[in-house]
Amino acid sequence: MDLWSNLGIVYALIGAALAVLAGGVGSSLGVGIAGEAASGVISEDPSKFGKVLVLQLLPGTNGIYGLLVGFIVLAQIGLLGGAPADLTVQQGLLILAACLPITIVGWLSGPAQGKVSAAAIGIIAKKPDQFGKAMLLPAMVETYTILALLISILAVTALA
Amino acid sequence: MKDLDYAFAVARIRSLENSLMSNADIERLMACSDGKRCMQVLAEKGWGNGDEDIDLREMLRLEVGKTWAVLRDVSPDMSVFDVFSIYRLYHNLKAAIQLLCTEIKYENIYYEDAVFSGDELVQVIKEKAFYKLPYNMPKVAEEAYKTMLHTRDGQLCDVIVDRGAMETMIDLGQKSGVEIIKRYAEFTVGLANVKIALRAQETGKTLDFMLRALAPCALLDVNRLARAAATSREAIIDYLRGTAAGDSADLIQESSAAFERWCDNRLIEAIKSEKNKAFTAGPLAAYFVARQNEIKTVRLIVTGKQNKFPDEAIQERVRVMYA
Repeated sequence: MDLWSNLGIVYALIGAALAVLAGGVGSSLGVGIAGEAASGVISEDPSKFGKVLVLQLLPGTNGIYGLLVGFIVLAQIGLLGGAPADLTVQQGLLILAACLPITIVGWLSGPAQGKVSAAAIGIIAKKPDQFGKAMLLPAMVETYTILALLISILAVTALA
Repeated sequence: MKDLDYAFAVARIRSLENSLMSNADIERLMACSDGKRCMQVLAEKGWGNGDEDIDLREMLRLEVGKTWAVLRDVSPDMSVFDVFSIYRLYHNLKAAIQLLCTEIKYENIYYEDAVFSGDELVQVIKEKAFYKLPYNMPKVAEEAYKTMLHTRDGQLCDVIVDRGAMETMIDLGQKSGVEIIKRYAEFTVGLANVKIALRAQETGKTLDFMLRALAPCALLDVNRLARAAATSREAIIDYLRGTAAGDSADLIQESSAAFERWCDNRLIEAIKSEKNKAFTAGPLAAYFVARQNEIKTVRLIVTGKQNKFPDEAIQERVRVMYA
């Protein structure tokens, strides 16, 4: 397979890879930050494990969103079916551009959500009955990741 | 990302804050009929080591030790909290100099958990190896020791060491990079200056003595404070009215206990802003100050109850809690 004559596929694959990588990096940073805070609470009060685990996991969704966009791209360009589509450079670049929203937002929002989750874990430490409110705060950050996910999915599927 | 190092520590401190004494706990302690009942209530709250016959002094010593153990356990950088151990270190220096120069044997005059123990400091002074000491201590220790040897004036020796301690406290507060610790250092030194000025005025000290004893700080102009103290108590109060410690002016006229209480309550109000922070050393410092405050309040209440002081007299000294 000649690389230069298949640049369209290459660009599309770069888009898929970036979506998965950036989402994964953002999530692991966010989950790491929240995990430190969760460990602090559990070390004093193990009975709060269930509640702090939910808050720790919230920043983990970015990685899943990146993976989802990556799967859709792979499916759209025929790599999952074993028959790669014949993409022009222009089509490949368009798919790469379509992956950018979830790539950038997934990467940046992960640590931001992790910080909010860590702060919310502080709420659980002091007032475990306020779990619902504590969970809503990091979920607010999630809103913008979901918007980016929607645009990436709509764009990738529209380009196919 | 450095502040994120405190995510674990702050979350753990948030959990530990649940076991801090609330104002309701203090009221419960105040309602106890005598010191023995107070000790039972404290033991039920987990204070001490479970020994029913423990005395108050030992119980409080254990609680101070527990607080330091928590900080050592959770903090990624203990140097930030050096400001809290300065008093003990410089106290040990004063005690070591007095012990060497007077050659009178005293029992239990040193703090055990200071950076340098009393015996180590005695050795340093005997060998004149002042360079081994941290902060500004080499200069302070040498000056205080020579002054004590030449003049035998224990009070002057204490003044030199205390001023050195206050200057170090301000310096460490600024170096800590944590706003609340910087404010704690400035506030503590500022109010220590006021207490020194009041005491010096009462005992008729000279202006030179006061200028030597007072440490420059952001809270007050120590030159103006010293000149006011050299004039009269009213002049000190008038000067304070125009400063950040203006609220305390009327309380100084009321009683020294009311002033001390104001100082501690003001500090607790200042640290309450740390309840909203998640990624700095501030909440750890606030927890430490809150523990110091509750230990001091418990000491006042239980000692008062043990000595059968009237409840009104004890209540006047009870501090506001952080929790």
